Amino acid sequence: MNFTQSFRLALKSLMTSKMRALLTMLGIIIGVGAVIVITSLGNGMQQMMNQQFEQLGANLLQVQIYNYGGLSSRTVSPDDMYALVDKYPQYLSGVSPYVMTQGVVREGSEEFTRTSIYGVSEFFYDARRNQAMSGETLAKGRFLSYIDVSRYQNVCVVGSYLEQNAFGGDALGKTLTIKGTPFTVIGVLAEKADNSEGSGDDVIFLPYGNAMRLNGTGSVDLYLFNSTSKEGSTTAKGIIENRLFQTYQDDNAYFVMSSAEMMDAMNTMMSTMMIVLVAIAAISLLVGGIGIMNIMLVSVTERTREIGIRKSLGAKRKDIRGQFIIEAGTTSAIGGLLGIGVGIALAQLAGGLIGGMMAAQMGGGATFSAVPTLGSIGIAFGVSVGIGVLFGYLPANKAARLNPIDALRYD
Amino acid sequence: MEHLIELKDVYKIYQMGDETVHALDGVSLTIDQGEFVAIVGSSGSGKSTAMNIIGCLDVPTTGTYHLGGIDVSTMDDDQQAEIRNKMLGFIFQQYNLIPKLSVLENVELPLLYAGLDAAERRERAMSSLSRVGLRDKCKNLPSQLSGGQQQRVSIARALAGNPSVILADEPTGALDSRTGREVLSFLQKLNREGDTVVLITHDNSIAVRAKRIVRLQDGRIIYDGDARDPRAVVQPEELLGDDESGFDGADAGEGAAV
Repeated sequence: MNFTQSFRLALKSLMTSKMRALLTMLGIIIGVGAVIVITSLGNGMQQMMNQQFEQLGANLLQVQIYNYGGLSSRTVSPDDMYALVDKYPQYLSGVSPYVMTQGVVREGSEEFTRTSIYGVSEFFYDARRNQAMSGETLAKGRFLSYIDVSRYQNVCVVGSYLEQNAFGGDALGKTLTIKGTPFTVIGVLAEKADNSEGSGDDVIFLPYGNAMRLNGTGSVDLYLFNSTSKEGSTTAKGIIENRLFQTYQDDNAYFVMSSAEMMDAMNTMMSTMMIVLVAIAAISLLVGGIGIMNIMLVSVTERTREIGIRKSLGAKRKDIRGQFIIEAGTTSAIGGLLGIGVGIALAQLAGGLIGGMMAAQMGGGATFSAVPTLGSIGIAFGVSVGIGVLFGYLPANKAARLNPIDALRYD
Repeated sequence: MEHLIELKDVYKIYQMGDETVHALDGVSLTIDQGEFVAIVGSSGSGKSTAMNIIGCLDVPTTGTYHLGGIDVSTMDDDQQAEIRNKMLGFIFQQYNLIPKLSVLENVELPLLYAGLDAAERRERAMSSLSRVGLRDKCKNLPSQLSGGQQQRVSIARALAGNPSVILADEPTGALDSRTGREVLSFLQKLNREGDTVVLITHDNSIAVRAKRIVRLQDGRIIYDGDARDPRAVVQPEELLGDDESGFDGADAGEGAAV
């Protein structure tokens, strides 16, 4: 009934004392702004991590085998793992050993000490999708073949950093040495990171048998599986675990990690973290609410006479209460809108900075954008109005219960 | 015939510290439709308390008050607010306009609380402003008007709700004597047009503009009768020697008959 008038009155009194209004709203502005910034950055972060997982392959399963220093005679061979994939084609689409090696890489007088060297099988690379299990794509030449792997050929595929810096941009057919053993370059990977030393572009892939020889070990500790679908990855994990348990009879001897599960775990963790941060930011909203309550109590005292006049003209308690609640709600709603504006601006700024940093570190594949969701904006606005109404209730009720005679006499 | 205002044996007793104050000490009073009554008394006489009770801003400690046939003496806050809104129009000494609202919005207030829609509010407020001759000032803020004009706005506001009783509490107190006379003339005009006016004042020269005077002293009615009767304006001190109770009983009955 008198909503529009109360609303206009509230706007009018806010406009006539801008400084006071701004200070009153400050808590709400900061609180809402912080919530928007946190949710925006959190969303951006989550999106980026998901992108990276997708890039790595959401279907990826990592199998780590703990060899107990070679004490146990129980062991699974790469052939056992291939057999597993053949047995369950509806869940598993491929497997590759993954042997990591350290060693100095030389080309002529050039020496590379931070290069990551991995021994894999031909299944590591999916020619149909033109993508390796760890996300790389081929730029030139070919990937390792069955013959390369089975015959322990000294061939390798190098990352773009090595091609640029060791071979001046033309690596195909050239030779480099790893720990003194010469390898012929048969393929070059496309740039993935920022093409710097030690980055994802400073890599070499070679047949896993050759890598084991370089390492001087006889068993594979790590396998990468691909499941046929993201949804089937939990089943695929179970299949692999069953098979490993058959051999080792001890579920501490191995560990199977699925990307999909990890992604879920990561997302859950991020969400939890975001809730905690938002809860901390919400304390500022509480303080803002108390600020509004304080100023409303002052306002009720200042306007005691007005309340008396309104009551003498027939305003009921609910009319007076409504007027002051609308005023408090309007104040906090405007504070909320300002907070949303400030929050979006800050999120954009921070997002730009963090995005730039991330892109430099993780490579071009990852994009970071701190955009608040419509939902979080809506909730932030709703909460700020709610806080005004909640904290406005006490002063409004005080106003509503004033005795009209005393109120009229008040100076 | 039913009286418009009927107070019967009304007591208002306050506890102030150890002292018990009888602000109204057995007041019985009837006012009919179309009367112009001045309630007169010095400060402490109980006239403000009487005005609060007649104006439904307060309830009697004991006794009954019927306004328009309705017993309002036992009503709660919100019920009283509704009665004030429907049946009473207040005119205050300090005008009591809300400074942030325009003249029109001030006059619309009682209609707003009556729940009328915007168009009807505006129409009735404008016609009320026309009656006091301030239609062209409707967009102004009260502070842009003179004291006399502000008081006319408050009269327009009192009239807007079409009340049964217009209750004027020292309406000329804040005005110079010429503007005060204008306001009183206007109240007389309203009364001639049929409105019931109750005027509360301490000033005999203002009280005599009413048709009937009710004089209060120490919470009791010491005179109730025609304003032209010389006894109406006699200072209370001169009456102290007389038999008060005689006045009380006789005049309470007589008042209704005048």
